[in-house]
Amino acid sequence: MKKRHLKRAAAIAVAVLMAGTALAGCNSGSSDKKEAKGDASKGKVYYLNFKPEQDEAWKNLAKKYTEETKIPVTVVTAAEGTYETTLSTEMAKSEAPTLFQVNGPVGLANWEDYCYDLAGSDVYKNLTSEDFALKDGDEVKGIAYVIESYGIIYNKTLLQKYCDSDFATVKKIEDINSFEKLKTVADEIQANKDALGVKGAFTSAGMDSSSDWRFKTHLANLPIYFEYKDENITSTDAIKGTYLENYKNIWDLYITDSTADKTQLSTKTGADAETEFIKGEAVFFQNGTWEYGAITEGGLKDDDLGMLPIYIGAGDEANQGLCTGSENYWCVNSEAGDDNIAATLDFINWCVTSDTGTKALAEEMGFVIPFKDAKEAKNVFVKIDTELTAAGKTPVSWNFTTMPSEDWKNGVGSALTQYAAGTGDWDAVKKAFVDGWASEYKKNNK
Amino acid sequence: MFKKPRRKLYALIFVVPTLAAFCIGFIYPFVNGIYLSFCDFKVINKIKGFVGFENYATAFQDDSFIRSIWYTALFVIVNVVLINLIAFFVAYALTIGIRGSNVYRTVFFMPNLIGGIILGFIWKKIFGAILVHFGTTLTTNAGWGFWGLVILMCWQQAGYMMIIYIAGFQSVPADLYEAAKIDGANRRQLLRNVTLPMMMPSITICTFLTLTNSFKLYDQNLVLTDGEPIVNGVYQTELIAHNIVRNYDNPQTRAVGQAEGIIFFLIVVVVALAQLYFTRRKEVQA
Repeated sequence: MKKRHLKRAAAIAVAVLMAGTALAGCNSGSSDKKEAKGDASKGKVYYLNFKPEQDEAWKNLAKKYTEETKIPVTVVTAAEGTYETTLSTEMAKSEAPTLFQVNGPVGLANWEDYCYDLAGSDVYKNLTSEDFALKDGDEVKGIAYVIESYGIIYNKTLLQKYCDSDFATVKKIEDINSFEKLKTVADEIQANKDALGVKGAFTSAGMDSSSDWRFKTHLANLPIYFEYKDENITSTDAIKGTYLENYKNIWDLYITDSTADKTQLSTKTGADAETEFIKGEAVFFQNGTWEYGAITEGGLKDDDLGMLPIYIGAGDEANQGLCTGSENYWCVNSEAGDDNIAATLDFINWCVTSDTGTKALAEEMGFVIPFKDAKEAKNVFVKIDTELTAAGKTPVSWNFTTMPSEDWKNGVGSALTQYAAGTGDWDAVKKAFVDGWASEYKKNNK
Repeated sequence: MFKKPRRKLYALIFVVPTLAAFCIGFIYPFVNGIYLSFCDFKVINKIKGFVGFENYATAFQDDSFIRSIWYTALFVIVNVVLINLIAFFVAYALTIGIRGSNVYRTVFFMPNLIGGIILGFIWKKIFGAILVHFGTTLTTNAGWGFWGLVILMCWQQAGYMMIIYIAGFQSVPADLYEAAKIDGANRRQLLRNVTLPMMMPSITICTFLTLTNSFKLYDQNLVLTDGEPIVNGVYQTELIAHNIVRNYDNPQTRAVGQAEGIIFFLIVVVVALAQLYFTRRKEVQA
């Protein structure tokens, strides 16, 4: 009996291996030869896209480009959360991506050997500001192609209902311009949730992996931003945690004035929070411009929506804007061969300058692109960001791209969850934030 | 059937594809993997340099990795004991002729047909629904996380092992029992002195399968706890496979993850061979 079993196991193993080889066979393509001069018409573009929600739109745009120029453009999108892994695998192939992306300085560290210097490229010259280029000394390694903002999205109708109520201390939405006022409003909404017909002031602060980035990454950006500003730095190998008390205050607010039980946050997902907000069960929802599509498809109208800066009680709150920046930088693979590099540079420049390209980026993908020919995106949150900036508010920059590693984020996220659940204390969050930063930085920068 | 030279030819035709597949899909990546574990690299075909045992040294300085080794060891021991006990006694109960035993056999075997990821999601929901009454969750409480994994594993594996044990029970010749009964053996003596020795081949296989399955568990671990909670940067409910993948996923620690994979391989080989050796010694011929 034993022997038969082993035989069967061997048969299965062989079958699996054979299937594996058959698949591997598909990958072996012809290798590119490097040529002295780049001729775009002989090149090919292979874009490894990061954003799954725009996969189809990119494929359509690529098709249009191929129709116009006869230059083949392949768009492949990595499944959510697997970009780095996919990129590593694809880069080892003979037909590697010619266009890929990194999320900022930390992501760049992994791939800088592969980044073509974009300093002389047209696409770089078309940027509205040099701030959107990712530089390493004089070399331009990456170019941000989409600018996004996040803050506290609110349901205008419900918030107005609160302002009109007897129990409201804050009578106008515009008056919410500090952490203190935000807390007052949230506390009063929570205390009178039945009168307002909601389940809580904030949507559930879910710490499931589909939602935890909102807090371990995006919310954690604020204490880092204010510390960097104080110290006048743009990155660090050791964070001090000067504003961790503020981080605690806003986290306490999120988990106390909430639709969800504190102890159950690790089971709450991104979809949970989204649904709560769309159904009008909560007034506030920390998220960004990218959420516009999902919310409006869910039935909320532009007039129902607003976005507040995330006030944590630090800095000049009256002049604080939304958190605005990019974690999507285009990089051109320097090892792709001259023809392919030329083709890729032409393609991305076409995307951000041509009528077809800018229209697709703005309308189909809903992107705000930092290029001179950009078209206005139909996105109410983007408009709010533009208005706030026009009114002289200072946007909070995206410093979370300097967080030392994914493990650092996971450590902070886990500590936040445990603090909320009561199985850990705030000191553990501090430790994960400060000590974790130093050790992760060391581990990832050898 | 065939003449000798032709038989050889046919054998060759049948063996070559398999052998080629084995070499391409297993031998080559394996050897390449061993070599890579001594190198610094981010992309597997762009090796930056030979670093000797540095990756191995770094691996053993990683607290999460050390913890995952002990954690996996504990997990394996608990699983091997529990799964085999459950499977053995369920099989025993279903071979002494209770009514509807075929239905029970099917029911117990069914969890095995569900893939690991799906199982993980199912149990995540079940545990979530139970633990909400205790005001806790799997990922905030390392103890629950461990037992969650064990329960899931038992539920999935016990049915499969049960089938092997049932086959084992059925292959014990009835005349042995009869002879023992005539000699005046009671039920317990029958089990100890007839059934168990005759069952040793099944026990060998089941122990081997539960041992290796528990060692290399990944899917269920990923879905159910994802290593959480994390205390002082150390993942509390992380099995070795999860640790290796997590390190390998980060380009900065990829080479270390590769070295951990080789360490893992060595551990599994040593343990599995030792187990086969010891259980085989107890096997008897009828």
